[in-house]
Amino acid sequence: MRRFLRPGHDPVRERLKRDLFQFNKTVEHGFPHQPSALGYSPFLRLMAIGTRSGAIKLYGAPGVEFMGLHEENNTVMQIHFIPDQCQLVTLLDDNSLHLWSLKQQGGASELREEHRFTLKGPPGSPPSATQVTAVLPHSSREVLYLGTESGNVFVVELPSLGVLEDRTISPEAVLQRIPEDNCNRRSCELVEALQEHPKNPDQILIGYSRGLIVLWDLQNNKAAQHFLGSQQLENLYWQRDGSKFISCHYDGSYTQWPVSSDNRQSEPLENTVPYGPFPCKAISKIYWQTTKNGLPYIIFQGGMPRASYGDRHSISVIHGSQQTAFDFTSRVIDFFIIFSSDPAAEFDDPSALVALAEEELVVIDLKSAGWPAVHPPYLASLHCSAITCSHHVSNIPLKLWERIISAGSKQNIHYSSMPWPIDGGTNLAPDPPQRDLLLTGHEDGTVRFWDASGVCLHLLYKLSTVRVFLTDADPNDNMNTLGEDEWPPLRKVGTFDPYSDDPRLGIQKIYLCKYSGYLAVAGTAGQVLVMELNDEDAEHVVDHAEADLLQDQEGYRWKGHEKLKTRDGPVRFEAGFQPFVLVQCQPPAVVTSLALHSEWRLVAFGTSHGFGLFDHQQKRLVFVKCTLHPSDQLALEGPLSRVKSLKKSLRQSFRRIRRSRVSSRKRRGAGGNASEVQEANAKFDQDALQEMELAPVQRKIEARSAEDSFTGFVRTLYFADTFLRDSSRHCPSLWAGTNGGTVYAFCLRVPPAERRMDEPVRAEQAKEIQLMHRAPVVGILVLDGRSTPLPEPLEVAHDLSKSPDMQGSHQLLVVSEEQFKVFTLPKVSSKLKLKLTALEGCRVRKVTVANFGSCKTDDYSENDLAVLTNLGDIQIISLPFLKLQIRYPCIRKEDVSGIASCVFTKYGQGFYLISPSEFERFSLSTKWLVEPRCIVDMPEVTSNNHVHNNSGTENAARKS
Amino acid sequence: EFRRFSLERSKPGKFEEFYGLLQHVHKIPNVDVLVGYTDIHGDLLPINNDDNYHKAVSTANPLLRIFIQRKEDADYSAFGTDTMTRKKNVLSNVLRPDNHKKKPHIVISMPQDFRPVSSIIDVDILPETHRRVRLYKYGTDKPLGFYIRDGSSVRVTPHGLEKVPGIFISRLVPGGLAQSTGLLAVNDEVLEVNGIEVSGKSLDQVTDMMIANSRNLIITVRPANQRNNVVRNSRTSGSSGQSTESSLPSSTPNILGNLQGEEESDEEDIVIEDSGEPQQIPKAAPTSESTESLSQIELLHESTQNGFLPSSEVNLNHSVGSISMECEVPEQGRKSLEEDGTIITL
Repeated sequence: MRRFLRPGHDPVRERLKRDLFQFNKTVEHGFPHQPSALGYSPFLRLMAIGTRSGAIKLYGAPGVEFMGLHEENNTVMQIHFIPDQCQLVTLLDDNSLHLWSLKQQGGASELREEHRFTLKGPPGSPPSATQVTAVLPHSSREVLYLGTESGNVFVVELPSLGVLEDRTISPEAVLQRIPEDNCNRRSCELVEALQEHPKNPDQILIGYSRGLIVLWDLQNNKAAQHFLGSQQLENLYWQRDGSKFISCHYDGSYTQWPVSSDNRQSEPLENTVPYGPFPCKAISKIYWQTTKNGLPYIIFQGGMPRASYGDRHSISVIHGSQQTAFDFTSRVIDFFIIFSSDPAAEFDDPSALVALAEEELVVIDLKSAGWPAVHPPYLASLHCSAITCSHHVSNIPLKLWERIISAGSKQNIHYSSMPWPIDGGTNLAPDPPQRDLLLTGHEDGTVRFWDASGVCLHLLYKLSTVRVFLTDADPNDNMNTLGEDEWPPLRKVGTFDPYSDDPRLGIQKIYLCKYSGYLAVAGTAGQVLVMELNDEDAEHVVDHAEADLLQDQEGYRWKGHEKLKTRDGPVRFEAGFQPFVLVQCQPPAVVTSLALHSEWRLVAFGTSHGFGLFDHQQKRLVFVKCTLHPSDQLALEGPLSRVKSLKKSLRQSFRRIRRSRVSSRKRRGAGGNASEVQEANAKFDQDALQEMELAPVQRKIEARSAEDSFTGFVRTLYFADTFLRDSSRHCPSLWAGTNGGTVYAFCLRVPPAERRMDEPVRAEQAKEIQLMHRAPVVGILVLDGRSTPLPEPLEVAHDLSKSPDMQGSHQLLVVSEEQFKVFTLPKVSSKLKLKLTALEGCRVRKVTVANFGSCKTDDYSENDLAVLTNLGDIQIISLPFLKLQIRYPCIRKEDVSGIASCVFTKYGQGFYLISPSEFERFSLSTKWLVEPRCIVDMPEVTSNNHVHNNSGTENAARKS
Repeated sequence: EFRRFSLERSKPGKFEEFYGLLQHVHKIPNVDVLVGYTDIHGDLLPINNDDNYHKAVSTANPLLRIFIQRKEDADYSAFGTDTMTRKKNVLSNVLRPDNHKKKPHIVISMPQDFRPVSSIIDVDILPETHRRVRLYKYGTDKPLGFYIRDGSSVRVTPHGLEKVPGIFISRLVPGGLAQSTGLLAVNDEVLEVNGIEVSGKSLDQVTDMMIANSRNLIITVRPANQRNNVVRNSRTSGSSGQSTESSLPSSTPNILGNLQGEEESDEEDIVIEDSGEPQQIPKAAPTSESTESLSQIELLHESTQNGFLPSSEVNLNHSVGSISMECEVPEQGRKSLEEDGTIITL
């Protein structure tokens, strides 16, 4: 054992390790958790999203991504790009302003925080005096105007963020210059909106919450014109030519105002309540977009009738007689319109509406008839139904890849064909080295196929298993039915739908054979489906088989859920993966392990009661094996009786929540905060310590015994062609590992191809190994005579792998949560072991064989084990000698769901969920590294450009 | 009744043969008896298997005193440490002056299958304030029977006294192994588990480490009650400089002689081939430099080859433990003890 305690000091190996292993968190895929602000630069064609945890993410053309993190971890309230600059300003909920820049370094751009600033009032003034409510970056790029709760508008110099006190526009100054009638001190209470005149940079509109709007002349420091609204103001928007502006109000109305130099006080041109006459909710933001044909687009957020549709999250688009209220699945954070930013253009000509909702990003094509949605290339809502499992397949053959894409494109016909409108920056990353698929199983019974080859995680195809079953939900309940006379003209957009019809549909295990296109998925109610890829629609009957895993065990009652009811008769399936066999485990407990051997046409599945083998060629159950301990009442009764642990887990989760509040998110690209992290950690530990002293938690120290609960739970299944009985003949075999540390090995007899349909597949138990430490078996692997892991099924047949060495003796690697053990085969004798838990107190959560290539030479690569522990560390352990190579901290140990969601790839990368909607991608390899590398060049600024309309960036999406 | 007979020391044979011989010389062929012997410390210890039989023969100096009792009226509690010292009238020839540690008297319960359940080890290399306890879980049905908790302890550091988090024993289950040994107590601070320091590790980590080692658990504690510590005589504790720094757990040697070789003394895994009988999984050809222990079967096998006295490592540990505990015995005894140790550990 001692040799494992001392890291080897072989200098050659140490050098090689540096060429092989390197840990990087490379990119976050999916949709940011809890977004709170949105910004857009028509100049850079970049979009920015801020989150409640203080992260800021910039997106442009696919592959162009930047991320920054505010050290305060405070909610980002507003984001404003500085016109014609690679700079942006963020406002946090602690009232601090941050200036960020995209700087080029080493040929790529980086996002960096340049300055921070908090507005300070005169001594003694209340904090509200300087509470920023509206931000206007002036087109001169020299100053920022900051509207506050006190009604003052402060002027801040760029980029130093110093206050120019003499230029402050105080409410007193404003009131002096407008007539007294109807105006008093209170009408200037809070600045709701600041908008620069589109043609005259010396004039800005200041909108106060009580309804007063002032056109302020910056040169002469006086009000050029004022407008008295009767309703509480929400927001303002200039028409492109500057002759009119539009205001929207708390009561759900909007008003047009004329601007002319000869009229000091103007009356409204038009006042409309679009969803009146009954009381409506506020319109919080509005756009007025001109077009060639003269009919403007009026686009606004909110304004729904309060009583009947007050709960809807809507953005309405009105264009002449066309009107649609896009109905979002979650609260709308903010939106912007992409329109012609060419200052010389006469009209706005809007092309797309980009709306950020709490759970997804929706882009609407305003140019095509019917305003279809645009399929975003990134920011996919991974959690449109909660992710229940994931499976990664590396290096997909081109043929299968194209077939999946073709199946997916048939599902996406209702999307707009418009090219992605947010296309700033240039992606410099090399083309992904191979085609990788990430499959996610969801609670609603769907499997989503993601292109995980590059920086943009992109949905290729969605598979639903629901059609096989009879559920309460009517599948024809289409969301896009739009009645003719319906008012308001709501139209559902977005895919976020967290409400599962039936939790039993949830997908628990996925296994895809990339060579044959066979796919096996297994779910919560013991259902195992085997599918085949079909390029055409088809209607066929799904064969059913039952696997009674309890067999001769009698007198038990399953108290868990019932199995799913199946549809009788033929079922119509769309092109793609179509199920042809359903194996139903009895009792219908959740499927805990799954393996598919496409060459032998066998599928193995396991639950907490046992495991079975099914021949999907002959559609015949080969055998079942009950692994249940007779005294294990808990496993028998099903999930309902597991209430016992609920109390504990509740307590733990509360503790987690408390910790995660203060927890710092990792920060990329910024050095020098390691010490801060340590400080924070130290603080945690202290807090944790105090907490412990308050409520001492104790842990029982007891050896595992055969009588423990859930020992029969099948954790892993593995097919191998190896020497099971004697060293002269190898044969197909199935291996199963349980929660109680038992390994079963079955010898299989698979008839040769020509008699495959005529003779049955036979199985016979050959070995049973009981690990005396009784820890759950999480991985089984056979190494060939060269100590190389056996290839996947069909890998050799497709010339993608060397044939395994069948001359030398094979070895069996059993990985339990606590130990790694190598045994000889066919006679089982123990050869090597690594007792991880005894040494380090950590337990194995995930383990995979990964191939690591050297970054120095192309001809060296080796197989190692990539291991994730319950402490969130990743360890690389060598094969076959089980020596610890290197260890990296990866996930916080409190982040149980992150650890549970981790999936490794075959080439030393991995993914884990950092929130329900985001995968963090990491790499352990020096060779396979997928990370964003992109550049944002300053577009050329024409001399007259500074007067262009930049209203796309300004939004006063103030959160109350 | 006394019988005196001779045995060939180098070829003691098997326990079964010896048992037969005893029955023969006493002319009690069909009577079940308990066999005991007095060891060099004057302890009455049982002989009921090859290992302790060989041990007994090897320690005979020169006489081996054997006691036999009828099984029906046997007094099991007679076995154990100090047993013969208390019955001074019985023995004199093998007795040695022996100022024993103040360890509570251990009752050895099952002479039929004698195995130690616990021991204090490494007394010679540990600071006096620490105690390293070995719990032998296997072979008994008794639960380990204790709980641990988080807490804080005060350490002497270069910056003065500092409060640091620690792991403590929070509860002993009545009738459990931990309680029955009397070596562990509530509020003892756990410093190491099988040679690995626990400082910096979370309660859950330490729990997992203890459970992973549960078949052969070695815990180093700082007893809450420091009055029962081993008192060394002036010679050994002369280096008291060591014991002052002993309050720093980092000064404890991390991997100690006793911990390395025996790391693997847990039971081997079991394999059932072709639905046959369960068997222990043997070790595949061990590497020559390996200090890893061998399963008992192989040990026997190897020992016959090498001509050394076979000994189960359990007893081996025990005896090594005894040696270290008794390092304060006079020079002469110490020497002979060391010899014993050498023979066994070879």
